[in-house]
Amino acid sequence: MTTAELQTTATVARPSRFDDEVGGPRTHGMTRAGWLFLAPFAVFYILFLIWPVIYMLITSFFNTSMVRSGLGSFAGLANYHEMLTKPDFWGALWHTIQFTIYTTPPLVILSFVFALLANRVQHAQWFFRLAFFVPFILPSAAIALIWTFIFTPSTGLWNEFQSLLGDPAPLPVLGTPNLAMIGIAITTVWWTIGFNFVLYLAGLQDIPRELYEAAAVDGATPWQQIRSITIPLLSRTTTLVLLLQIVASMKIFDQVYLMTSGGPGVSTQVLLGLVTNTAFTDNRIGAASAASVLLFIVILIITLARQIVESIQNRREA
Amino acid sequence: MAFRDRDSGSYAAGARLSRRGLIRGGLGVAAGAGLAGGLSACGSALSAGIAGTQLAPGTVMYWNLFGGGDGVRMVAMQDAYTRSPGASPLQAATFAWGNPYYTKLTLATVGGAPPDVAISHLTRMQNLATANLLTEFTDDMLSMVGLSPSDFNQTPWEAQKLNGKSYAIPLDTHPFVLYYNVDVCQKAGLLDGDGNLKPIEGKAGWEAALKAAKDVTKAYGASVSTVGDTATSWRWFTTLYSQRNGNTPFLGDGGRKLTYNRELTLDTLAYIQQLTKSGLMPANTDYAGAQTLMFTGKAGFYLEGEWEITTAQAVKGLKFGMAPVPTIFDKPAAQADSHTFVLPRMDRTEDQLKRAMGFIKFLLTQSMTWAMGGHIPAYLPIKNSEAYQKLLPQANYAKAAEFAVYDPPAWYSGSGSNFENITGAQIGLVQQGLATPQAALDSIRSQLEIYARTESPL
Repeated sequence: MTTAELQTTATVARPSRFDDEVGGPRTHGMTRAGWLFLAPFAVFYILFLIWPVIYMLITSFFNTSMVRSGLGSFAGLANYHEMLTKPDFWGALWHTIQFTIYTTPPLVILSFVFALLANRVQHAQWFFRLAFFVPFILPSAAIALIWTFIFTPSTGLWNEFQSLLGDPAPLPVLGTPNLAMIGIAITTVWWTIGFNFVLYLAGLQDIPRELYEAAAVDGATPWQQIRSITIPLLSRTTTLVLLLQIVASMKIFDQVYLMTSGGPGVSTQVLLGLVTNTAFTDNRIGAASAASVLLFIVILIITLARQIVESIQNRREA
Repeated sequence: MAFRDRDSGSYAAGARLSRRGLIRGGLGVAAGAGLAGGLSACGSALSAGIAGTQLAPGTVMYWNLFGGGDGVRMVAMQDAYTRSPGASPLQAATFAWGNPYYTKLTLATVGGAPPDVAISHLTRMQNLATANLLTEFTDDMLSMVGLSPSDFNQTPWEAQKLNGKSYAIPLDTHPFVLYYNVDVCQKAGLLDGDGNLKPIEGKAGWEAALKAAKDVTKAYGASVSTVGDTATSWRWFTTLYSQRNGNTPFLGDGGRKLTYNRELTLDTLAYIQQLTKSGLMPANTDYAGAQTLMFTGKAGFYLEGEWEITTAQAVKGLKFGMAPVPTIFDKPAAQADSHTFVLPRMDRTEDQLKRAMGFIKFLLTQSMTWAMGGHIPAYLPIKNSEAYQKLLPQANYAKAAEFAVYDPPAWYSGSGSNFENITGAQIGLVQQGLATPQAALDSIRSQLEIYARTESPL
């Protein structure tokens, strides 16, 4: 796969058709140079991305241990069987999907709305762009710290606000099983909305002004303009944002680990949390690899499903 | 406090967070300040990492997991070490207890950068030793600092051995004990002339004492957590189960077999349920709630590990005493664990080893400070000292260390482990009256069998 990629890149790198016609030796030299330039990256890519994925696939069939060298004894499908019959696994998978359901719609819709509003601002637009994007550059540990403070039971900002509104005993957000995941979702929306926001803003600025002017001349209201011009012309951006968002949400780990460590009980334990616990606490690399492969398959299915939906939509449009 | 894994989990996350947050935040700032600044800041760490040399030569690196009152006392002991003549510079780090701690210790050792000395629970160091992550303590090493196996309480000393070899030096024993409210027990006529608890013997004696206390409190005789803290439910059950003649370890063959005595297990579970059903003990109370019942005089007795002594002492106006869990069945027994010192596996020079052993020896001599927190010293020169004999109520339950029962060894067992969580959750349901002993044991069996069948990763 990597080889194919590299050659494609090399082909693209050819400066003109003229070189092509002139022929062999020169092109050959170019290809070699291309390889050379790519080598540093390719080595790291293979060593730290491709190989670990292959290694994960291999170890998922073995009783590989953290504290013993080598692969360990062959387990066949035992690791997969264990995960698929374990309530913990299905619980963690559900919590992961739950998080995706909580975060994806607001992160797509709100970022679109905010981008739309920021794009209409005439003066000091830079401030709004900055304001929405700044949380995104913070590390996950920093945002977890900020929101753990806000959600501190009784004395935190949120609970105090509830007390002000007259709630005598507000529930601790991160300490209540069915609220904890919502708390983490709110944190994540606040943290990552800037990324989608920037993508939408870029998309908005690509739409030619004339379209709106023409629509305005024809008497379209602002709402009609958004519905008939902005949303259709941003559909490519939306597709991208949606896909990136679903994949990012399925990979949830940092916030959960830092804010609740999967608790209370196991009510916010997500799949990557289960994987790290199995691999690094139980020392069972093999079983953890099997769980990782299963998560990979779930993400693959979601991505394929989305692809199919999109192609059906395209066909209808055509 | 350090033991309340379950119910303080979400708040403990906050404490863990701040440290990690600081480190990450620090890295972020370093990156922001420019590569040059960042590199110079961690230059020595980087070069030590690449060359595989020691980070701070001549220093004792010490990891522990003590929070709350234990944390304060451990820092006092460390300070005493630093002030002592001939002490090496000390770098101590405290991490959140439970799985995260053992994960860090394992990864650091596998990664070749472990601390010189670390604290481990006895039930957890067995797994570390099986995984070949610990250095053996030979008699030569002990005598290097004037220690010998006979200096230690033999119960934890024998329990820490793996295949006849020593991998840990026990610091203490922390058994499950009985707390009593002096005012309640006084009125119930359960105290002797000196104000100590009269001996309670057998099922009849125990139930009579609870009834007498209940008549005074008008609520409960004794309290033990039933909700939200799986470890306590397990401790209560295994304490009673181990008191019975003919009991067998819950797990056998290193966790590959379930070897509990079925009849005795069911009968013990039924007894636990009977105590809550009859109203002598509360059916629904969590860790903090069970304490409060005794502290506020709504229960005469309270069962938990001795570490809650600090909490009880902080309650204004509370007069309380402590005793070993009474022998309700055939013989004395109490669930327990020990804090131990371990040497994570690495190549040590003679000097390094001497420093590490010197540090351990010094902390052992500070066991009196440690005993304030309720833990029974394993180091006999302190345990047998006059000062400790006079330390009350600690000395009153010190003999519980002799009949301490440790959790059965298995890769999924130990304090705060999957084993305690699985068994404790079901025992909690029995206490609450939500599951029959039979249903609970069936559920325990089916869950544990998965682990028993799984090949040990150690």
